[in-house]
Amino acid sequence: MGKVGIVSYGAFIPIHRIKVDDIAKTWGRDGETIKKSLGVYEKSVPSLDEDTATISVEAARHALARAGINPKEIGAIYVGSESHPYAVKPTGTIVGEAIGATPSLMVADYEFACKAGTAAIQSCMALIETGMIKYGLAIGADTAQAAPGDALEYTAAAGGAAFIIGKDGVIAEINGTYSFTTDTPDFWRREGRKYPAHGGRFTGSPAYFRHIINATKCLMEKMGTKPEDYDYAVFHQPNGKFPRAVAKMLGFKEDQIKHGLLCPFIGNTYSGSSLLGLAAVLDVAKPGERILLTSYGSGAGSDSFDITVTDAIESFPKEKAPTVSQLINRKNYIDYAIYAKYRDILYWE
Amino acid sequence: MGGEAVSRFWREIPQRYNLIGTKCKVCNRIYFPQREVCPFCRRKSIGKMEEVKLSGRGKIVTYTIIHVPPKKFEGQAPYAVAVVELEEGVRVTSQIVDCNLDKIKIGMEVEATFRRIQDDGWTGAIYYGYKFRPVEKHEDKK
Amino acid sequence: MREVAIIGVGLTKFGELWDKSFRQLITEAGTKAILDAGIRGSEIDALYVGSMSPGRFIGQEHVGALVADSSGLTVMHIPATRIESACASGGMALRHAYIAVAAGIHDIVIVGGVEKMTDVVGSEATNILAMAADQEWEAFFGVTFPALYAMIARRHMYEYGTTREQLAMVAVKNHENALLNPNAQFHRKITVEDVINSPPVATPLNLLDCSPISDGAAALVLCPLEKAKEYTDKIVKIAGSGQATDSLALHGREDICTFMSTVRASREAYKQAGIQPKDVDVAEVHDCFTIAEILAIEDLGFVKKGEGGKAVEEGLTARDGEIPVNPSGGLKAKGHPVGATGVAQVAEIVLQLRGEAEKRQIPDARIGLAHNIGGSGASCTVHILEAV
Repeated sequence: MGKVGIVSYGAFIPIHRIKVDDIAKTWGRDGETIKKSLGVYEKSVPSLDEDTATISVEAARHALARAGINPKEIGAIYVGSESHPYAVKPTGTIVGEAIGATPSLMVADYEFACKAGTAAIQSCMALIETGMIKYGLAIGADTAQAAPGDALEYTAAAGGAAFIIGKDGVIAEINGTYSFTTDTPDFWRREGRKYPAHGGRFTGSPAYFRHIINATKCLMEKMGTKPEDYDYAVFHQPNGKFPRAVAKMLGFKEDQIKHGLLCPFIGNTYSGSSLLGLAAVLDVAKPGERILLTSYGSGAGSDSFDITVTDAIESFPKEKAPTVSQLINRKNYIDYAIYAKYRDILYWE
Repeated sequence: MGGEAVSRFWREIPQRYNLIGTKCKVCNRIYFPQREVCPFCRRKSIGKMEEVKLSGRGKIVTYTIIHVPPKKFEGQAPYAVAVVELEEGVRVTSQIVDCNLDKIKIGMEVEATFRRIQDDGWTGAIYYGYKFRPVEKHEDKK
Repeated sequence: MREVAIIGVGLTKFGELWDKSFRQLITEAGTKAILDAGIRGSEIDALYVGSMSPGRFIGQEHVGALVADSSGLTVMHIPATRIESACASGGMALRHAYIAVAAGIHDIVIVGGVEKMTDVVGSEATNILAMAADQEWEAFFGVTFPALYAMIARRHMYEYGTTREQLAMVAVKNHENALLNPNAQFHRKITVEDVINSPPVATPLNLLDCSPISDGAAALVLCPLEKAKEYTDKIVKIAGSGQATDSLALHGREDICTFMSTVRASREAYKQAGIQPKDVDVAEVHDCFTIAEILAIEDLGFVKKGEGGKAVEEGLTARDGEIPVNPSGGLKAKGHPVGATGVAQVAEIVLQLRGEAEKRQIPDARIGLAHNIGGSGASCTVHILEAV
């Protein structure tokens, strides 16, 4: 038994996509301009029968299919999301029941805008390090809502990833983690309201960039690493531009971030965003490769992780569940009218 | 189905979430939904019905596309419903999702997925369960 | 066991009867049956009424007492029993009344069937009808009643090559028959193209493949055969009565294209009557959907399994065919007030065997059959009547 790390992982992305061009056309905007400014071409859309619970269950089942562990050995489930189907009543219990992990189980739902999933990983790490549980299941998933016509509508997407954390059969060791947190109201959704609001350009330098840069720098300082020590880097992806910009500011190269940069093809899956990026990297990573992961959640905070892929990944049965790129390529385009129906924008009783 | 207590749905969670059926330990027949008594072994099977998790993989025996739905399913129409024969030989009725409705065929291979089935309106509980989707050959493109 | 005769029939018009209530409908049918039988109300020993879901359609349970009360029979305090077996409630009520008379428990028994379906909106009627399916394992998942029959139709087309046109021909024939039935809901000739071009309900079934939402009631008066001649010269006896069940859910059956309940109930009735399917001169079968009539004529043994579609196409079941089926217009065109249906089918057969079916009379009909289905084939009653 070595270091705490990732024992298995699974992803899920709903099948439907809407093109940024279609959303732009609906609101009388120029699609080319928006695609260029956001670096996003299309986004995933959940069906009427999909929500954060169903996405979490699918991702968790994919992780379990690869892990080959008894689900009863999972001692804790934390689901991070800002679109839990219930305001009161946990998503985690639905997941626990659907994967057969109940009833000897700790469960809580997390919310920290787009970084609740990485917060869930940190909680699982701590419980494992203290010996309280053998395995923990951390999930980041969302069916992000955006007000019709709002800038967020071009990117607010649906998807999620699940990580089984433990010390047994680790395919990627977590060498360290560091969080940088302040009270910064750049994006929020008030209790009882359907759509989030945001501070416009304030979401940039004082929010996204400040937190990701500080968390990443502090982590590298703690670990004694430099950007070139990492084979891959994944940053939270609210659009296609920010992660590229922040990578550049921190001294990372395009080659390091391209495998985990999914936002251009599926949009911002909020709590699923950086974790889907990590899953995509694990889909291709080789033993000994090193991954830097930094999430960002508005409000605001960033969790940064230093991860090393182990030899166990060679015999890890990835084929027992779809890879992230397979999920991205499994798609069905819908127009804005169907999107409006699926996203509950149309009014009917 | 308004005004129903959640207990009615809660008690079916193992079957609806995980396709847990029963197996008669006398004749080894498998049933879904669960049975208390095997119709073939009857009294010999009392106390010998054991829970068994079904694979969730099967084939479409027959199907229909519903255009006139019940009230709770109005937003979803048109949607597909099928009788699916699972690998274990038992049949279930369920929606077929994530698939072009024109592509559905008798004999098509499908697998179980986890979806919202219905809810008790905006303020009521949400009920989840199985639906099926085509078994796809995943293609890797970059 | 005593032999049993039907000495009176009563029918209301079927259709969207906005001005008629549940109790008015059943009282009208019952009164007509009593007058037809020529009995006095005080002679009635017991009442059976078939009704599928008054609880949901009109918010009223306890309709055995309600029907006795509204028809003026409570002053005698006779036993009144409501029977429920989904769309086979009517046939089942007759079956139980028959058993009571045959067993010598009662002498003169009145059997009613009634449904008032238009006091709820259409989507609610869809929900109520779906209650005949398995709520937990079919309806819960969004399955409608037409969807179950549509899945039977799809499989029948796949296994036997039954065509979309052949399904449509059932509706065309029954609409044509209904033109001659003054009580029918529809008096509208339709074509195969009309059916095929009507809006889809659950593919491959379209609107014109489906029986309508209807209000209506029917009633029969039963008595021991040996007493029947005191009331009438045109005696029709119940020569055979069969009842059977199958799995509640369609998926519970090995063969989706066979209603074993029909097979078993009809074999039982044929055996009791001492006849073969080919001896039947006229039949009223349960055509809630076009595919249901094709299944019925196969499972009743009129044609071989898989040849139902072809039989319809070749006119075997037309009014001038070998075995005329649904001369009344059937559920499809006469209307389908669910609880009334099984009783109304028998009333039509009685009229046919008495030679009183007016323009739709099948010449020289002596043996008739009524086939009533509940749900997607989970319940079935078959009654064979014979002119004495």
